[in-house]
Amino acid sequence: MNPASKFYGWGLPVDISTHGPEIDRLIHVLHVFMFLLFAGWFVFLVLALVRFRKRPGHAAVYKEQHFKTPTYVEVGVALFEIVLLFAFSIPLFYRIRNIPFPQQDALQVRVVAEQFAWNFHYPGSDGIFGQTKPSLMSPSNPVGLDRNSPNAADDITTINQLHVPVNRPVSVELASKDVIHSFAIPVLRVKQDVIPGTPSRVWFQAKQTGNFEIACAQLCGLGHYRMRGFIMIKTEDEYNNWLAKMTPVKPAPPAPAVTQGAT
Amino acid sequence: MSTAVIRYIDKPHPVTGVTNAKLGTWCFLASEVMLFGALFSAYVLLRTGVSEWPHGSQFLNVPLATLNTLILITSSVTMVMSWASLMLKQFGKYRLYLAITILLALAFLVVKGFEYGHKFEHHHFPSTNTFYAIYFTLTGLHGLHVIGGVVVNAYFLFFGKRMWETHPEQFAGRIECAGLYWHFVDLVWIFLFPVLYLL
Amino acid sequence: MKEHSSHSHSASLPFWRKYIFSLDHKVIGVQYAVTGLLFLLFGFTLIMLIRWQLAYPGQPLPVIGHLFSEKMMVGGIMLPEFYNQLGAMHGTIMVFLGVVPLAVGGFGNYLVPLQIGAPDMAFPKLNMMSYWVYFMGGLIMLASFFLPEGAAQSGWTSYPPLANLASSGQTFWLLGMVFLITSSLLGSVNFIVTIAQLRADGLSFFRLPFFVWAQFITSFLLLLAFPPLEAAGVLQLMDRLAGTSFFMPSGLVVAGEQLAVSGGGNPVLWQHLFWFLAHPEVYVLILPAMGIVAEILACNTRKPIYGYRSMVYSVVAIGFLSFVVWAHHMFLTGMGTKMSGFFQITTMMISVPSVIILTALALSLWGGSIRFNTPMLFAIAFLPMFGIGGLTGLPLGLAASDVHLHDTYYVIGHFHYVVAPGTIFALFAGVYHWFPKVTGRKMSEVLGKIHFFFSLIFINGVFMPMFLMGLAGVSRRLYDPTQYAHAGSTQPLNVFVSICAWLLALAQIPFVLNFFGSLIFGKKVDRNPWEATTLEWAAPSPPPHGNFDEVPAVYRGPYEYSVPGQARDFWPQHMAKEN
Repeated sequence: MNPASKFYGWGLPVDISTHGPEIDRLIHVLHVFMFLLFAGWFVFLVLALVRFRKRPGHAAVYKEQHFKTPTYVEVGVALFEIVLLFAFSIPLFYRIRNIPFPQQDALQVRVVAEQFAWNFHYPGSDGIFGQTKPSLMSPSNPVGLDRNSPNAADDITTINQLHVPVNRPVSVELASKDVIHSFAIPVLRVKQDVIPGTPSRVWFQAKQTGNFEIACAQLCGLGHYRMRGFIMIKTEDEYNNWLAKMTPVKPAPPAPAVTQGAT
Repeated sequence: MSTAVIRYIDKPHPVTGVTNAKLGTWCFLASEVMLFGALFSAYVLLRTGVSEWPHGSQFLNVPLATLNTLILITSSVTMVMSWASLMLKQFGKYRLYLAITILLALAFLVVKGFEYGHKFEHHHFPSTNTFYAIYFTLTGLHGLHVIGGVVVNAYFLFFGKRMWETHPEQFAGRIECAGLYWHFVDLVWIFLFPVLYLL
Repeated sequence: MKEHSSHSHSASLPFWRKYIFSLDHKVIGVQYAVTGLLFLLFGFTLIMLIRWQLAYPGQPLPVIGHLFSEKMMVGGIMLPEFYNQLGAMHGTIMVFLGVVPLAVGGFGNYLVPLQIGAPDMAFPKLNMMSYWVYFMGGLIMLASFFLPEGAAQSGWTSYPPLANLASSGQTFWLLGMVFLITSSLLGSVNFIVTIAQLRADGLSFFRLPFFVWAQFITSFLLLLAFPPLEAAGVLQLMDRLAGTSFFMPSGLVVAGEQLAVSGGGNPVLWQHLFWFLAHPEVYVLILPAMGIVAEILACNTRKPIYGYRSMVYSVVAIGFLSFVVWAHHMFLTGMGTKMSGFFQITTMMISVPSVIILTALALSLWGGSIRFNTPMLFAIAFLPMFGIGGLTGLPLGLAASDVHLHDTYYVIGHFHYVVAPGTIFALFAGVYHWFPKVTGRKMSEVLGKIHFFFSLIFINGVFMPMFLMGLAGVSRRLYDPTQYAHAGSTQPLNVFVSICAWLLALAQIPFVLNFFGSLIFGKKVDRNPWEATTLEWAAPSPPPHGNFDEVPAVYRGPYEYSVPGQARDFWPQHMAKEN
C-alpha cells in the first residue's frame, strides 16, 4: 500500500484502466475549455470595469449597442457542447456501460455491499455462481451462499479484498443487502451506485499490478467513511495461485477462510 | 389611504379575465395535479417494476366503490346547483344544495370508512404489500382532500350569510372556487377508481 | 372591501397585529428576510463545526467542544452520528430555510408589490400564513436536534432505504419538509396572482423589472416542482410510520437480520421524485439572485441592461427546461445509455439560456459609468463566481466525466460556487441595495467594502480547493477523510479550506455590525438614494401601509438610464413627462 503518494495527490490520481484515459482526456479537454472561456470572459470583465468606471467627464451611453462577438462565442460554445456530447460523452458512456467483449472472456465477480463492507463472490473454477439467498446471510456467510446448490461448491467469497488479474477484463455484478452504496475505484475510474433490489454491472480492465483502494461514494450510514475495500491487481500467475489457495478442498461447509481487513 | 385597494377581488381582470381568487385556485389546482400526478407515476413505476400485481377487483370492493363514484358525481352536480342558485340570487336554495353536497361528501367518507374497516378486519394493512400500500395512500390522501372540502363548504354554509349580504359578488366567486376544488376532488376519484379497483 | 377595511385600520392596530401577525407584505418580507438570515447563520455554524472534524479528524474541538451533549461529542470529539446530522441539516437549512426564504420570501415579498406598483400581495392573509407555516417548519427542523437520537442524518437528499431505516430525526425532517413545501406553495400562488393581476396601469410584461420576471418564473417552479417532493415525502412517511415498502425492495438484510417488511418497492423512485423537485430548486435559488444582480447592475452602470428581451426569453426557457434535466443527478444509478443520453442533451441545452443571461449581464457593463458601491461590488462578483459554478457543471453534466467526479468534492465545489459566492453574494448585494428603502437609512460603505473584499477572498479559499479534492476522487460526506489514502493525500487542502471557512465567518462580523449599526446610525436618505428608475423608489422610505402616496402608472421600460435629451441620467418608470 505504501507509498500511496505515488498514486494519489491533488488532482486526478494515477490511471491504470483501459477505459480510464478516455475519461481523463474528456476531463482535460473540458477543463482547458472552461479555463479558456473563463479567462477570456474575465479579461473582458476587468477591461469593462476599468474602462467604464465612473469618473469626471465620462458618461454612460444609452444607445443599445449590438455586439456580434458574444453571439458568435455563444454559438461556438453551443457547437462545442454538441461536439462534447456526441463525440465524447455519449459514445464514451456507452462504451463504459456496455461490455465490449464476450462475457465468457471476462472474469466474473459479484459484489454484495453491506453496511460497511464489500463482500466479493467468485464463481470458482467452474465459472458459474452458486445460488445465494438473503435468508442465509450471516457474518460467516456474508453473501448468503447456499453451499448445497449446484455450482456452489467451488465458489470463493472474500471480504473487502477484490483480487483480479491484470490485463484481463473483469465484469462486476453489484448488489446491496441493505442501503444504497456506490462502488468506486478512483484509479480505475470506476464508479457505480449499488442499489438494493436492482443489480447493476460494471466492467474494467487493469493495465498495471498493485494494491489500490475501493471507496464507497454514497452516504450509507455511520460507517460510510470507513467502508474501505482493496483491489489487488495481480499477474495472471499470482492470481491463479491465489485462486488455487482459496478454492475449498471439499465441496461442503464450513465456509472458506475469510480474509479480513487491510494488508 | 385610498391607494391601499387590492384590485380584482370581485371583478375579473380585463386581460386575464379572472378574479384574483379564481386565478389562485387554478394555480393551486395545478400544483395538486402535480401532487397526484407524481403519486400516479409512482404507482406506474412500482407496478411495472414487479412481475405480478394483484388484480384490484379481486381484493377491493367494486360495488361499494361504484356507489362512492356515483355519490361524488352527484355531489359535484349539487355543488354546481348551489353556485347557480347564488347567481340567481336564491340564497335559500344555495344553502340547500350546499348542505346536500356536504352530506354526500360525508356519505362518501362513511362508505370509505366501511371499506377500510373491512380491510383491517381481514388484516389487510398498508404494510401488507405494495398494492395495499398504494391503495391506502392514494385513497387516504384523497379522503383528506374530501375532508378539506367538507370543512370549506361547511364554513360557507354556516358563516356565509354575512358576506353574501355585504359582498355578494365576492361571495359567489368564493363558492365558484370551492366548486372548482370540489370538482377536482371528484376528478381525482374518477381516476383512482379504475386505476385501483378495475385495472 | 374586506381587505381594504383592515388596511385603513392598520395605523391603530395593536403591536402584535402590526409587526408579528401582520398582513402587510413589507412586514412579512422583513420577517422572512430576518428569519432567513438567522437560518443562514445557523447553517453556516453547523458547517464550521464540520470543518473542524474534517481538518483535524478525531481531535477534540477546543473551547466549545465540551458544551455539546455526549450524544454529539465525546470529550469534544465529534461522533459520526453528529457529523451526519450536521451534514444533512446544513444542506436542508441552507436551501429550504435560508436561501429560498430570503430570496423569495424576503426579497420577493418586499419588492414584488412595490416594483409592480401594487398596494400589497393579492392575498395578504395567505401571505401571513405562508410565513408562519415556514416558521413552524423551521421550528420542527430545529427541534429535531433535541430528539434522543438527534436530527436527520441521511443527507439533505434523504435517500432511502437509509433514510427509511434512520432514527426519528428523519420523521421530523419529513414533517418539517411538508410544512416548508406547503408554505412555498401558498407563497408561489400568491406571487403568480399578484404579478399577473396587480401590475400598475401601463406596466406591461415587457416593462417589468427583470427581478419581477425572475420571481414570476421562480414561483412557477415552486408551484409545480414541489408537489412531487411532497408526494415523495408522504410515501416516505408511510414507509416509516405505516410500515409500507414504497422504497424498500424485497430481501433486505440489515445488520445480519432480514428486514420484516413486505418489500416490492424501489429506492430509485425516491430519487426521481426528489430530483424532479431538487433540480428546479437550483433555479429557484439562482433566478432571484440573477434578478437582484440585473437591478443593481442597471442602476450602477447608469444604462439599460443589455438584451433585456433575450434575458426574459432565457429565463422562461430555463423555467421550462429545468423540468426535464433532473436525472442528470442519477447517471450512476444504472440507467440506460439512451436515457442518460437524453438527460445529457437537455442538460447541455439548459446551459445555453444560462450563458445568455450571464453574457447579457456582463455586456451591460460595456458603455456604462460604473459606480463601485458595496451592492455593486457584490453584484459584479456574482458574475465570475456564478460563471465558475456554471462551467464546473459541465464535467458533471456529461455522464462520462461524471463517472469519476460523481459524489465527490467536485460536486460540492460546483454547487457551492453557484449558491454561496453566487446566490448569497447577490443576496448581500440586495441587502445593501434595498436597505435604504426598508429603513430610510444607508448602510456604511466602509464596513460594506471590508465585508465584501474579505468575503470574496475567503469564500474562494473555501471552495476552489474542493475541485482538486474532487478530481482526486475524494467522496462526499466522509466523517474522517484520512481513512482513505486517496483522500488523505488531500488533507492539507482540507486544513486550508477549514481555516478559510472560519476566516469567512469572521469576515461576516462587519456585516452584522453594519446591519444593526446602520439601523440607528446610518445616514438618513430620501426615497431614491441610488437615483434608480423602478417603481419601488417612487414610494417613501420606508413605504407606509399601502405603499404609494398616489396610485402609480407606468410610462416606460424599467431601465431608462442616461436617456439622451433628458436633464437627469435616470427616467423613472412612473414619470409621465420628462424630468
